[in-house]
Amino acid sequence: MFNADTWLPPEVSLDLCIKCNICVSYCPVAEATDLFPGPKYAGPQAQRFRMAGQPAPDLSVDYCSGCRVCNEVCPNDVNIMEMNARARAALVAEKGIPLRNRLLGRNELLGKVGSRAPRLANFALHNPVSRVAVDALFGIAKEAPLPRWSTTGTFVDWWEKHYPHRLISDKKVVYFHGCATMYYEPFIGKAAVAVLEHMGYEVIVPPQNCCGLPMLSNGEFKAAGKLYDNNLRKLGPLAAEGYDIVGTSTSCTLTLKEEAPHLLDRHSETTQALTHAVWDIFEWIRDHEDELPRDFIQMEMVIPYHPPCQYRAHRVGRPSMDVLALIPGVEVHESHARCCGIAGTYGYKKEKYDIAMKVGQELFSFILEEEEHHHTEFNACDSETCRWQIEHGTGQESRHPIEILAAAYGLYDLETRTTL
Amino acid sequence: MRAIETEILVIGGGVTGVGVAWDAALRGFDVILVERRDLAHGTSGRFHGLLHSGGRYVVKDPVSARECIHENRILRRTHAHCIEDTGGFFVVTPEDEDSDYPDRFVQACAETGVPCQEMAVSQALRREPRLNPRISRVFRVPDASVDGFQLTHATAQAARQAGARIFTYHQVTDLLVAGGEGDVRVVGARVFDAVRAEEMEIRAAMVINAAGAWAGRIAGMVGSRVDIVPGKGVMIATAHRLVNTVINRCKWPSDGDILVPAHTVSIIGTTDVPVADPEDLRIEEWEIRKMLAEGEKLIPGFARTRILRAWAGVRPLYRESAVTDDRDISRKFTLLDHQERDGVAGFITITGGKLTTFRLMAEKTVDRAAAHLGPRRPCITAETPVPGAEHGPYWLGHRLREVEDGRLQNQLICECELVTRGMLESAARLNPTVTLDDLRRDVRLGMGPCQGGFCTYRAVGVIHELKLGHGVTPDTEGSDWRVADLQSPAGNPGRGRPPVSGPEPVSSLADHLYDPNLLLRDFLQERWKGVVPIVWGQQLKQEQLDRLIYLSIMNVDHLPDAGLKSPLSDFYGVDVTPNDVLEEPHD
Ligand SMILES: Cc1cc2nc3c(=O)[nH]c(=O)nc-3n(C[C@H](O)[C@H](O)[C@H](O)COP(=O)(O)OP(=O)(O)OC[C@H]3O[C@@H](n4cnc5c(N)ncnc54)[C@H](O)[C@@H]3O)c2cc1C
Ligand code: SF4
Ligand code: SF4
Ligand code: SF4
Repeated sequence: MFNADTWLPPEVSLDLCIKCNICVSYCPVAEATDLFPGPKYAGPQAQRFRMAGQPAPDLSVDYCSGCRVCNEVCPNDVNIMEMNARARAALVAEKGIPLRNRLLGRNELLGKVGSRAPRLANFALHNPVSRVAVDALFGIAKEAPLPRWSTTGTFVDWWEKHYPHRLISDKKVVYFHGCATMYYEPFIGKAAVAVLEHMGYEVIVPPQNCCGLPMLSNGEFKAAGKLYDNNLRKLGPLAAEGYDIVGTSTSCTLTLKEEAPHLLDRHSETTQALTHAVWDIFEWIRDHEDELPRDFIQMEMVIPYHPPCQYRAHRVGRPSMDVLALIPGVEVHESHARCCGIAGTYGYKKEKYDIAMKVGQELFSFILEEEEHHHTEFNACDSETCRWQIEHGTGQESRHPIEILAAAYGLYDLETRTTL
Repeated sequence: MRAIETEILVIGGGVTGVGVAWDAALRGFDVILVERRDLAHGTSGRFHGLLHSGGRYVVKDPVSARECIHENRILRRTHAHCIEDTGGFFVVTPEDEDSDYPDRFVQACAETGVPCQEMAVSQALRREPRLNPRISRVFRVPDASVDGFQLTHATAQAARQAGARIFTYHQVTDLLVAGGEGDVRVVGARVFDAVRAEEMEIRAAMVINAAGAWAGRIAGMVGSRVDIVPGKGVMIATAHRLVNTVINRCKWPSDGDILVPAHTVSIIGTTDVPVADPEDLRIEEWEIRKMLAEGEKLIPGFARTRILRAWAGVRPLYRESAVTDDRDISRKFTLLDHQERDGVAGFITITGGKLTTFRLMAEKTVDRAAAHLGPRRPCITAETPVPGAEHGPYWLGHRLREVEDGRLQNQLICECELVTRGMLESAARLNPTVTLDDLRRDVRLGMGPCQGGFCTYRAVGVIHELKLGHGVTPDTEGSDWRVADLQSPAGNPGRGRPPVSGPEPVSSLADHLYDPNLLLRDFLQERWKGVVPIVWGQQLKQEQLDRLIYLSIMNVDHLPDAGLKSPLSDFYGVDVTPNDVLEEPHD
């Protein structure tokens, strides 16, 4: 759990490095490409040569995907990934941001615009001609697994319809849907609401905006700070009142919990309160296991499961595996792959697409082997961009564990992704 | 015995000696300089790294202050690449608040012409966020950070270009004297060439003793009494830079009151303890504790940050009569014309002073020599940039930028300090090299957080390949001496892996001293020596890893040829016998 007292700023944590190279031997990006010299070099070593007010000396740090494998394996708790993220932000501040990264950072804006006319937007973006054009003009890889806008309305469109019929209860929980659920995958939110209501909770969906992660990972710290502060205004009072805030996007919840306050140096009582209030949805469900109804239907399925990288930073273990294990007949097989490769918006970038696919290879192979041995239909992963990447890399459909849980209560159809 | 002749023989390859050689050669004298180890092996390579603005001396020693600001301006032009324009702060910490020193300081700056500007504390803190927020006043002065290795080397190269001959690993064992009672004349020196292990004589019309803290010993060889009180100063370096500006306490100069950013580290210093022997570089526990405590006053948390290393240098402080506190002995330099002083002709001693004023000291010294030898061209060092100055001022990111631009990441030998294979090869080929420590002074090998943990074995491998593969002439005289660009990854692309059966196996490494196991052991021992006084916390963890690599995996303490010694093996030994000064001395 984030604690302002023990959190070490990157420039301090670099002193903890003893050069052991463990991070280097695990970093999936360094293994996939020579363009990235690895975590030790980009993090604690290069950091000694960086100085505020001087030109950023290294560009290669931009090849760090932010997957945090390094942070997890480092025996000395060096905050390598955060160091890299800050270095990238310094680069961006100095050199400006390519239009492409600006676009990728503005997930919410893209979501909104496309949602006005989703079919047109889907066609405009997804036909082969435009993908080539987007590739050439903006440097967004033409093969990359871009999402499709929801053609049945946004999540909030649905929520407004559902609102009068919602479960009213003394037990209340706040739901943070994030941009992907809002514009591309409203069914994830519907599944989440179904499960939470099934647990007897009244769901509150407050006004909210993008968590800011896409901008953080593209080095746009200023703009990301605005988004975080807005959310703080909207969610802070709920957190202060003692409501738990749960989210289905592991990256959004991580950003609200600690990524944004860490990288942006926002340390106050309100940020602390928000940090303590925000939960990954499965972390929360596992914590409320005694309230979880056991009226599961028998499922009989093997699910290859990839824990998304953000779980490393959540430091909560594998909560969705723990919960799915309660469903009779469900067998969850964990992938021990390091990363799917996409890492937020990393794998969308033309120059990084091949690296991302190479990084994802060990995961893709695992899933395809599972398919061969167990005739699996779906795989599962908590993070949306990971799911899109896995589908792209394997051809097999991917589901959020919350969809599987909802299906296990007979509330959701996994095939059509609709609530029943 | 080999004998050679010259007009001026300079003894000592510290910054003062090379400065004299440079100046004299530019004026048209025939010059030889002898240094018993590597250039800058003495105090010039063990100092604090501050190019003084003069601020430190304005109140106590206005003459020095004036000299400093004058020279500071000149060196920024002539030695641009050795200097980082960090600027300096004089800060009033809570400990120093109730004193009139700050006002006297401002006044004295005005009187001595040291530019000084008071700035808002908030502004200073914005620039240096780790600075103690409880400071009450801040003054800005043109201090800078200067690399003593590079400055000495670049000046030596300039001297060579002007025609001087420079011999390293050549120790003066005696002075040659002619005449007798009342008409004594120094006519040269007997010199031991440690690399070829042979004696030689260098005859000269004038011998200039620039042996720093050892100058008294040289003068003693002709019975001239020169009282040098070696004043030992201890410094410690943090594992990364804490500040990017030189930070001085605004108070009467004393121990541990300056923090200097030097390359990738910050250095705090110093203590000042009179020692009997300039080789006595032992570091006492109280000295370390004191540096940590003083650092804490400038940077809260300092005492808990990772410390890389501690080392000591000796001030060559000259005294005509006994004085008790050696900070009160003149920091101004001392130029002794022994003909006038004690009737020994052909012999001049130049000692004391500061690195910042070395050029001025050299100018005055050569003026004096010219008075005896007959005038040549006038002094032009103030207007003559040394090789490398054309690269412009140093900036911290330059190595990383060059490694990135050249995509040299796979060429890194010392990863902490970004030393590439090419840099190491150039340094070993072009510069007289006897130990890996010599290469450290050329390219900063092993100076980062792992203190040689990962680069020592790699460097030995590179050197060994060079030795076996490429044809290079043995050379402690540095015929192809190029040091100005050694610090640049881009400027030293390297030759890559040499063929194993190359031409005659020679290199700039002396044959009878050359042994890869000896190189390895010497350098490990040398690095270890500086770590011992501060080996706790994260640096202890680091040393455990280094120990596993060298003692467990490589079994270094049982390598063959254990009896071999280089001229420096004994010097690298860690002396653990307690010194007589166990506690901080009080007056
Ligand atoms: C702790 C400390 C901190 C300092 N900090 C600063 C600072 O921040 N800024 C600044 O401007 N100044 C500083 N100084 C002062 C400065 O470092 C010295 O004044 C300067 O380096 C002296 O140079 P030198 O050439 O006279 O002496 P050295 O560098 O000691 O050179 C003398 C050389 O003579 C050689 N030698 C000795 N005997 C023989 C022999 N028999 N034959 C051949 N060679 C011989 C030695 O090996 C040595 O290399 C500091 C000094 C100390 C001790
Ligand atoms: S965050 Fe991932 S890509 Fe970046 S350095 Fe660490 S392991 Fe490598
Ligand atoms: S794993 Fe940690 S300690 Fe080891 S090299 Fe990487 S950052 Fe340094
Ligand atoms: S996309 Fe998924 S697996 Fe990939 S980096 Fe992100 S969280 Fe990791």
